[in-house]
Amino acid sequence: MNNTLWIAVIGTSAMAFTLKFAGHSVPEKWLSHPLIKRINLLIPIALLSALVAVQSVTTKGAIVIDHRLAGLGAAILALVFKRSFPIVVLSAAITSACVYNFL
Amino acid sequence: MGVSRVSSPTFRDSLSVSVTVGAYGVAFGAAAVANGFSVLQSCLLSLLTFSGASQFAVIGVIGSGGSALSGIATASLLGSRNGLYGVLMAPILKVRGFKRVVAAQITIDESTGVSLSQEPRGLQAMREGFWFTGFGVFIFWNLFTLAGAVGAKAMGDPSAWGLDAAVPAAFLGLVWPRLKNSTDKTLAIVAAVFAIATTPFLPAGLPIIGTALLAVVAGLWVKK
Repeated sequence: MNNTLWIAVIGTSAMAFTLKFAGHSVPEKWLSHPLIKRINLLIPIALLSALVAVQSVTTKGAIVIDHRLAGLGAAILALVFKRSFPIVVLSAAITSACVYNFL
Repeated sequence: MGVSRVSSPTFRDSLSVSVTVGAYGVAFGAAAVANGFSVLQSCLLSLLTFSGASQFAVIGVIGSGGSALSGIATASLLGSRNGLYGVLMAPILKVRGFKRVVAAQITIDESTGVSLSQEPRGLQAMREGFWFTGFGVFIFWNLFTLAGAVGAKAMGDPSAWGLDAAVPAAFLGLVWPRLKNSTDKTLAIVAAVFAIATTPFLPAGLPIIGTALLAVVAGLWVKK
């Protein structure tokens, strides 16, 4: 059993619930400041974009261009053509697998 | 009582969202296993964390070599919006004790979104939209996570099946609909470039959490 994984699972879950429950319990005016609201909309954009980048072109601390980037290209194409989430993920997986297996 | 004539469109809205969103659980289950998590750990994340973006984040950070702490921090920053949803939902639901605990656990993008969209149908429909969607997504998300995790376990090499590309594609699918104006798009590109550029120099995980600061800067800058 890997400790890092268990700590991550339990810690993430505890924090997730704490944040949800806190929202139901704090007075509304604490979090309704426009700046807080705006930053709260922007944080997911920054984090998710960083995750897209890191997961597509890095491996263990190094920049690596490989089959994953082809998959990401397919995902972008699917999104540009307004396809649904499952199609986006599937087209990335299929494209990446083809490049990995056949090129 | 029960599903009245007035609330049945609410039930339909909730069900369609629940099945569609729940099905993404396959992608999560498969990605979690591809990043080294066991089937049990993958399922526990869906049951206990129950917030898609946070779950993908923690497996993404850990999968790329980050520490447990940076995984938890990234996931929690993404989960902070659920806190804001709670603030919006509390005055609508007006629940206490155990019911509030349950309500908190199912406070996510979809339950809040469907509930708020029911406003023209009245307060009762807003409440039903929240509970139906929250429970619906919970059930389907967890069933599909199990299916994805077990399936991926049986597949072997994740790269041969494209699973290593499915994770960034899932993140992209989550962020894409959020890019509404030029600030959003600029921030997305700057964050991606920052994360790639700092990856060779910073401990794994920090290039991702660090971009939260970029979001704060963008938020302050737009205020002008």
